[in-house]
Amino acid sequence: MDKNKNLHKLTAWIFEQKVVLIFVFLSIGALIASKQSMAFVAGELFTRVARNSFLVLSLIIPVLAGLGLNFGIVVGAMAAQIALFLTTFWGLSGIGGFLVTVALATPLAVFFGFLVGSLFNKIKGAEMIGGLVLGYFADGLYQLLFLFIFGGVIPFRNPDGSPSSLMTPTGVGVKNTLDLTPTVKYALDTVSMLSIVEIAFYIVIAATVLSAVFRLVKKQAVDWKKTGLTILGAAVVYALTFIPAIETFLAADRLMLLRAVEIAVLVTVLWQAGRFVWFALVKKAEFDKKRCLAVILAAGILYALTYVDAIYRVLIAVRLPVMTYLCIGALCLFNQALMRTRLGQNMRTVGQSRVVANAAGIDVDRTRIIAMIFSTVLASWGQLIYLQNIGTLATYGAHTQVGQFAIASLLVGGASVQKATNKQAILGVVLFHTLFIVAPLAGKELFGNAMIGEYFRVFISYGVIAMALAMHAWKKKAPKASLQVVEGGTSPSPKASA
Amino acid sequence: MAENAKKFVARFGLPRVIIVGFFLLLVVCAGAFQMDLLQIFSDCIRRWGMYGILALAMVPAIQCGIGPNFGITMGIVGGLLGGLIVIEYRVTENAALLALGTQLLGEENGPFLAKWAAVLLAILIGVILATGIGWLYGLLLNRVKGSEMTVTTYVGFSIIAFMNIIWTVIPFKSGELIFPNAGQGMRNTISLASSFSEVMNKTLAFRIGPEGHCLTIPTGLLLFFFLVCFLVWLFMRSKTGVAMSAAGANPAFARASGINVNRMRLIGTTLSTVLAAVGILVYAQGFGFMQLYNGPMMMGFTSVAAVLIGGASPNRAAIFHVLLGTFLFQGIMALGLPVANQFIPESNLSEVMRLIISNGIIIYSLTQTQGGGSRG
Repeated sequence: MDKNKNLHKLTAWIFEQKVVLIFVFLSIGALIASKQSMAFVAGELFTRVARNSFLVLSLIIPVLAGLGLNFGIVVGAMAAQIALFLTTFWGLSGIGGFLVTVALATPLAVFFGFLVGSLFNKIKGAEMIGGLVLGYFADGLYQLLFLFIFGGVIPFRNPDGSPSSLMTPTGVGVKNTLDLTPTVKYALDTVSMLSIVEIAFYIVIAATVLSAVFRLVKKQAVDWKKTGLTILGAAVVYALTFIPAIETFLAADRLMLLRAVEIAVLVTVLWQAGRFVWFALVKKAEFDKKRCLAVILAAGILYALTYVDAIYRVLIAVRLPVMTYLCIGALCLFNQALMRTRLGQNMRTVGQSRVVANAAGIDVDRTRIIAMIFSTVLASWGQLIYLQNIGTLATYGAHTQVGQFAIASLLVGGASVQKATNKQAILGVVLFHTLFIVAPLAGKELFGNAMIGEYFRVFISYGVIAMALAMHAWKKKAPKASLQVVEGGTSPSPKASA
Repeated sequence: MAENAKKFVARFGLPRVIIVGFFLLLVVCAGAFQMDLLQIFSDCIRRWGMYGILALAMVPAIQCGIGPNFGITMGIVGGLLGGLIVIEYRVTENAALLALGTQLLGEENGPFLAKWAAVLLAILIGVILATGIGWLYGLLLNRVKGSEMTVTTYVGFSIIAFMNIIWTVIPFKSGELIFPNAGQGMRNTISLASSFSEVMNKTLAFRIGPEGHCLTIPTGLLLFFFLVCFLVWLFMRSKTGVAMSAAGANPAFARASGINVNRMRLIGTTLSTVLAAVGILVYAQGFGFMQLYNGPMMMGFTSVAAVLIGGASPNRAAIFHVLLGTFLFQGIMALGLPVANQFIPESNLSEVMRLIISNGIIIYSLTQTQGGGSRG
């Protein structure tokens, strides 16, 4: 009896996760067929995950707000590229230049997001096709701007009056590719951990001091003990960075994957042990000891695995851009935190039913526009992260496939038109890009032609979207059928609906 | 006077007024630049015939209720396969056909018979393939009612991506088709010069005006286009056609009147796919090349834009919309290129214009029909 139940559960789970499972098998199969070393694939994969995750995560908010898969993130990418062109022209470089670009892209993306959201409010129910067509339409305007208005109407000249080196020889229109190597290439990726700790230290100090001052001014009670401890803790961490060994370790611009795993294991073990001591021994409270031990055991096994030769070789070959991964993590947290706020709850309600949301007094149109603004701004930041890693801006091509690949990644991770989570996004990026890395190589090994693998991965990216859209429509068809009469408008008698 | 103008705009539709205005502006510009207007008009007419049938494929799709069929690429690949098979088996070089042609049409026009046989055979194969594909496609669309547009778009893209794989592995042998130098797979662009290039365009073509500065009328092409239009017009007036339009206009009412709505949608989708197969071959012969791989990717969008410009909506379309819309859209394209080159030489301003106009009109028509107030 129990067995049957478990079996039933298992089949239900398999059915639910079918897309993910198919892609897991496909990725593993292609990986084996490609005959590539794990070190190579893992290195490529971590680079691509860092590059693309932010863009994919920017899709989640509109899905929850009921706007479906946001093909309009292309517009956000365009905002990023306009900003990037300007800062490249001004010659701003490094992390400073990158931050100026972000500051410039954000208001543009807010404006674009507002426009896209307003349009989507006019075409409710057709947001996805509308977003796709809007992407092409905006591409036309973008080309008009970059090919004719830049240089043609707005001059871009060097101080001596000659046309800027970013422009075509005629001085009208921007070149096909802009090299970002001297400006913002790797600007975000190479922010060293030392600077991150330093910045975090200043932020923590400033925040605690400000909050204390704020409370004093408002004549509220200040928890001096807590404030003092926070500042002390921050100071100790900061002081630690002056120990030469730690300083040299943190000064590196990338983090070796082996070290990352070790740190993660250490932190997990310490955290769980601390919890154990605190809850079980000091407070004597109800505490799930088994779970705690299991996590510590898992961390131990993970650490032991790093001594396996094959895994060790992968771990020492891969180097992580720390800041980029922190940004991705921050966005995951943001997506989660947003859903706990009132605004996030409103979005979810609107996503579930616009009628109910309206009845509950939520301004549906406004909520949808806000969701689009969030998504567009995040997409523009995501595109900047992508471009600083790539290091060249393909002026007329970089944005065209953004929506396509991001959406395909999200769906591969098991998301649907109405439901998407951070986990699905990250899993999707990993699976989709594994396939992206190995498919051409697998095609070459299996059929003697790399193009077959190349076409196959393009087919996958279109096919998975087509499948997701069809399945979504298939499922929602049943309740929709009864509405058709109302929509048709010319039904002569209500009986006809029966 | 102002009242009349307003009424006229309301009846004719604002975007059409703008586009006609733009078209006239381009004509004036071309005239002002002292361009060869007759030659440009010849180009307009040629493009009208070439793109017409692809746009016509929208009529049965919209009328049967699936809406603008962005997925005509499903039919297009059928048509392309038909064309490839005809080239592979060298139908135009068939000795018997050539001899018969020489006998019937004389030495000079001899090859025409073989060429026509080739293009008609290609169309026949394309139609057969497209019927099968379209039927399956229709079965899918019957299960996704209400979201046809997104589904057709992505199914259309997927088939192109899938055919990319097929084009690389398909075992054709003809040197016309495969990459030279022992490359693998079909060429990107296949020249039709030795097969049925411009066969329709040149049949019974005549010139008005002196050589080099004249209006060329591709009579054969236009006749074929009008013939297909007429056939579709006849079909739409047949019992099945009327039932199909009813099913599209109001499915619930149609069902109550005993019409099998799903079957009508299936017929409409299949017909649309078949017309796309015919359309791509007519387009290819006029262009002189067949484009494989990602060449036909955006043809669905161009065709949808054309009927919408002509005055169709995502729910209603007529043959007149196809005729007007294709002429205006392709006319703007034909005029736009030389006029844009006068402003900025060697630019692709006309390509940018195409993107903006075709996608702009699709978005506009979506806002007109989708609606949905703030109350959800």
